[in-house]
Amino acid sequence: MNRISEPFLQRLAARVGLGSPLHKLRGGVHPEGRKDLSADPPIRVLPLPERLFVPMQQHIGAPARHLVSVGETVKKGQLLAASQGMVSAPVHAPTSGRISAIGDFPGPHPSGLQMPTLTLEADGNETWFEADIPADPFALSPEEVATRVGAAGIVGLGGAAFPAAVKLHLSRRSEVRTLIMNGGECEPYLTCDDRLMRERAQQIVEGIRLIAHATGASKILVGIEDNKPEAIAAMQAAAKATVVQVIAVPAMYPMGSEKQMIQVLTGQEVPAGGRAADIGVLVHNVGTAYAVQQALCLGRPLVSRIVTVSGGAIMAPCNLEAPIGALAADLVRACGGLRIDAARLVLGGPMMGTQLSNLDVPLVKGSSGVLALTSAEVEQTRPGPCIRCSSCVRACPMGLLPLEMAARIRVGDPAGAVDWGLKDCIACGSCSYVCPSHIPLVHYFNHAKGDLAARERLKMKNEATKKLADERSERMARIVREREEAARLRAAKKAAADAAKKAVAVAAAAAAKEKELA
Amino acid sequence: MIAALLSLTLLGLALGLGLGYAAIRLKVEGNPLVEELEAMLPGSQCGQCGFPGCTGAAMALAEGSAPITLCPPGGRPLIEALAAKLGVEADISALADSGPQVAEVLEDLCIGCTKCYKVCPTDAIMGAAKQIHMVFREACTACGKCVDVCPTEATRMIPLPATLQTWYWSKPEVAA
Repeated sequence: MNRISEPFLQRLAARVGLGSPLHKLRGGVHPEGRKDLSADPPIRVLPLPERLFVPMQQHIGAPARHLVSVGETVKKGQLLAASQGMVSAPVHAPTSGRISAIGDFPGPHPSGLQMPTLTLEADGNETWFEADIPADPFALSPEEVATRVGAAGIVGLGGAAFPAAVKLHLSRRSEVRTLIMNGGECEPYLTCDDRLMRERAQQIVEGIRLIAHATGASKILVGIEDNKPEAIAAMQAAAKATVVQVIAVPAMYPMGSEKQMIQVLTGQEVPAGGRAADIGVLVHNVGTAYAVQQALCLGRPLVSRIVTVSGGAIMAPCNLEAPIGALAADLVRACGGLRIDAARLVLGGPMMGTQLSNLDVPLVKGSSGVLALTSAEVEQTRPGPCIRCSSCVRACPMGLLPLEMAARIRVGDPAGAVDWGLKDCIACGSCSYVCPSHIPLVHYFNHAKGDLAARERLKMKNEATKKLADERSERMARIVREREEAARLRAAKKAAADAAKKAVAVAAAAAAKEKELA
Repeated sequence: MIAALLSLTLLGLALGLGLGYAAIRLKVEGNPLVEELEAMLPGSQCGQCGFPGCTGAAMALAEGSAPITLCPPGGRPLIEALAAKLGVEADISALADSGPQVAEVLEDLCIGCTKCYKVCPTDAIMGAAKQIHMVFREACTACGKCVDVCPTEATRMIPLPATLQTWYWSKPEVAA
């Protein structure tokens, strides 16, 4: 099918009532879903933990700057830390209580490094902060909606945690026409979006319409994988009589990735190195739409989220509505604790999530799941040599050649991997999943991307220090010059003074002589 | 046959003359390679390579009289860049690369003598007489000059600690 005929076919299909036909996707894998573990029980609210640990960096971009001090009492939803910089998000109090400490605490980061964190001791009253709620959020200007979304600390809840308001402001500038709501949830085990769509479809649709209002998008598509029939039915019922179209997409990993969802729904491909906005599309997660609705209609900032607690080692897997800053251990305890020792603990999904060394790590805005996997669920095999079977090539949803990129990175040539398209890798892990030699391909790519970024930083630092060195040597030369100048001036002054003294002496001598003569 | 010989001879003569003229007319003053190499070096004139500043080092590199591993502050990335620029192979496997380093002032030992900040080529150390000095990590090139002059061994080089902004995945172990 070539490019000219495609829109024509779409129009034709729309005219004969076929709706928008789905487009083919390249690559992808079909990992075992294991969603049945946690999909059935309804969402429960996590019993409020005694202490919450709220990290300042829960989003992509600059960390937030805290505004409260130790000992201060705060109300639920009160602003704790303000965003700083262009790409950043504020942080609000997940419950009412007292700030008991401000300091470093292990964060949900693969490095296990500590991050600046506020410790909040809950008073158990859950008193909400007085918020101003607009009478009709749809009467607000699009800019005002985007600003309120930013002030509510809303970030992408699909996992990447990119500040939502930045995307909204940007999409207005780049004239987005199509809004895609991502209900793909392709990661195995995770069912938080599924449960949210089943139980709170009305609020999600309202949030979607608010996002559409903020961006000016005229076409609104919701893509949901066809392994969630209840969620599709609930969303379709809620979206009836609105412009929101709910579309079932085939279940496949990584369907929930932004670029893949765009491709399957619109047939358009995001250009290499580009953003979705470049082709007039904006993608948000359905959970983000729910958060937007809560913020604009109820004045509630993002202080809690739905988290899937699942895995073979969990006693009773389910979805919990948990405040930000609750420890993963609190969530596991609320699900009956561990049945057996877990072979691996993961925050997020098993394909792209962060491996945890222990459960004493706080939940952040982007955490979609807490998984405790048994050794039967985790394949732990030593990697073998590449047999060039090209399974990874067939699996790559971006059409890259993972084996070629990894070969270059292995010999210490990440720049060579860039020539093979490393910058377009979305780190979905499909290649590692299918590799029969168990080569950690995506680990290679993550390493190389970090390595390249570090080199870039070093280059910038070198340029900066070179400038400093130049300025210093210039300053040193100026100081020497000034000193010489001053010495010369002093010498000249001294010479002049000497000369004057001499002249006076000569004059005096002459006068004395004259007197004598007279 | 004669036409071919003639035309080739004429062509050779014409090109040779052209090249000869160009060699005189478009003669390059100095070695442009030196300038390019100097731009690649850190430029902090620390002198750890044994040459008087980065210009001297760049001249020696261009001549081929100095190894491309001469610059400690440049580290492994610089060696790789120089190897690519000069088209030489560098055996860096034996090179113990301790990774990026940065100077640190031990506050217990610092007597505020101001020697280190006077000698720092990038103004990366701040301090005043009888005050404890400190290092701006963003400006430090790890040249080590401050370590040499410190009378109380209060300055030392430490590996640059990873932060959330700079940490990245280590290289996976290669299959056995």
